[in-house]
Amino acid sequence: MNKLYTRLGIAGSVGLSLAGLWLLISLFGPVLAPHGPGEIVDYEVFLPMSAEHPLGTDYLGRSVISRIMDGARFTVGIAFAAALLAALMGTGLGLFSAVSGKAVDESISRLMDALLSIPNKIFALVMIAAFGSSVPLLLLITGITYTPGVYRIARALAVNINQMDYIQVARARGEGRAYLALSEVLPNMIHPMLTDFGLRFVYVVLLLSSLSFLGLGVQPPNADLGSLVRENMSGLWEGAPAIMAPAAAIASLTIGVNLFIDSLRGRD
Amino acid sequence: MNTIVTLLLRRLGISLVTLLLVSAVVFLITNLLPGDPAQEMLGQAATPEVVEALREKLGLNQPAHIRYLNWLGSLLSGSPGVSLANNMPVAELVADRLPRSLMLAGTTTVVAVPFALFVGIVAAMYHGRRADSIISTAVMFVVAVPEFLVATVAVLIFAVELGWLSAVSYAPQDPTLGQFLATYALPVLTLSLVLVGQMARMTRAALIEQLQQPYIEMAVLKGASPARVVLRHALPNAVGPIANAVALSLSYLMGGVVIIEVIFNYPGIASLMVDSVTNRDFPLLQACAMLFCTGYLILVLMADTAAILSNPKLRK
Repeated sequence: MNKLYTRLGIAGSVGLSLAGLWLLISLFGPVLAPHGPGEIVDYEVFLPMSAEHPLGTDYLGRSVISRIMDGARFTVGIAFAAALLAALMGTGLGLFSAVSGKAVDESISRLMDALLSIPNKIFALVMIAAFGSSVPLLLLITGITYTPGVYRIARALAVNINQMDYIQVARARGEGRAYLALSEVLPNMIHPMLTDFGLRFVYVVLLLSSLSFLGLGVQPPNADLGSLVRENMSGLWEGAPAIMAPAAAIASLTIGVNLFIDSLRGRD
Repeated sequence: MNTIVTLLLRRLGISLVTLLLVSAVVFLITNLLPGDPAQEMLGQAATPEVVEALREKLGLNQPAHIRYLNWLGSLLSGSPGVSLANNMPVAELVADRLPRSLMLAGTTTVVAVPFALFVGIVAAMYHGRRADSIISTAVMFVVAVPEFLVATVAVLIFAVELGWLSAVSYAPQDPTLGQFLATYALPVLTLSLVLVGQMARMTRAALIEQLQQPYIEMAVLKGASPARVVLRHALPNAVGPIANAVALSLSYLMGGVVIIEVIFNYPGIASLMVDSVTNRDFPLLQACAMLFCTGYLILVLMADTAAILSNPKLRK
């Protein structure tokens, strides 16, 4: 543990702890939460912090801490799955492009460039208008939104690796394209792709909570951290913890993962 | 000179092709859903004859590629159909909102660019020292949180705690300077903050790249002060990369403005687009999406133009 700490530095360790904390909350939050997410625990709304209600109550008198512990599941879960989807699709297409002929490579690259020139939020809005925004669809939409970005990095890495002597040797040996891509190229690009995965995760958290904040993301009765900020907006004038706590939750999650990844990258 | 012109024309051509592809993607996504828009608009009670008539009127009976070309033609001729939500021509709705969004984006640019350059240059001058790490950390914090958080905190501080500004912005027809400041202050402040973060980070990176060149080592060795090294030696050579960074960061506005307009109730093109998503008003949505993509592509094109123009290898 001490060794890990020195390797990551202070900022990296703080980041890793925050990310780990949110992972635990998203896995066990609903079990550990003092109340159910929909349960009305007090007739007073927007209560300040107290021993009884650690983060106060929300606009309906529900327990804020319980709602955050429940909502983290959606934020972390969807973002993780979407980042994974983007990583798999982007890396898969990137590898395919790199080991395929010029025509295939060019056409995939042009299409991905076109998708990249649609701003992420605009792309997500168009997709939500067309397909709606249930949880599986949100996962798919945010995953597809970030696929072109992953593709670009994966293809660039794969094209570089593809020039290496050991690839030439494998090709001369008569290995097929699938073998080249998966057994020769992929293992050598896995580290930068993992770092990229962490950053995509943060991007999806930002996009997803922004969409939920606009009322176009996770729909009631479910609520992710972005929806929690939105639904308690009326408490802003009182500076209620109901609005500050989910906001701080998002910030600590994204900043935590960012710090952790930065400290990993610093050593590369 | 000729190489530059060829390069720029080539770059412009690529942008136009990309824009065409983007329009195809937008059209495809908004037409992918199975189901009949005519039926949906009229409801289940409509007779088949009425639905058929509306299908004919909307041109839904034609094959997809013909509809795409029609749509593209109508976009180019400046009359992209009629809004499904309130039966107003899309062009009119957009023309009403677009100047306001441009105003917001323009004011933000005027505020953010000088400040971002200052911050980026200072960070680069103190590269690796405490001032740099403070700036870099602050920038990371701003960039790592969603815009609506920055906006919420800004409202909390300036409107709730200090009571200086109003949290809802609407611009009167001919605002006085005071009104102008009061309505634009918070949206511009929030947008600028995130923009400054991105821009300062890229400006710093561009300058630091210059600082690693041999001629900088030469300047240091001959005894030039750190400030002089950065301002007189590195900065002129980094103008191209910095202009590139500025244009690229500005393209962030295309997404950021969506959140800011909604949270401050600002009647611009982005809040119009969010409404069109809620109402599933596809003609309006398509037009807004194309506007944003065009703006984005123009900024990226400007970034690349700056990079091409500033490349001394291309000068003859």
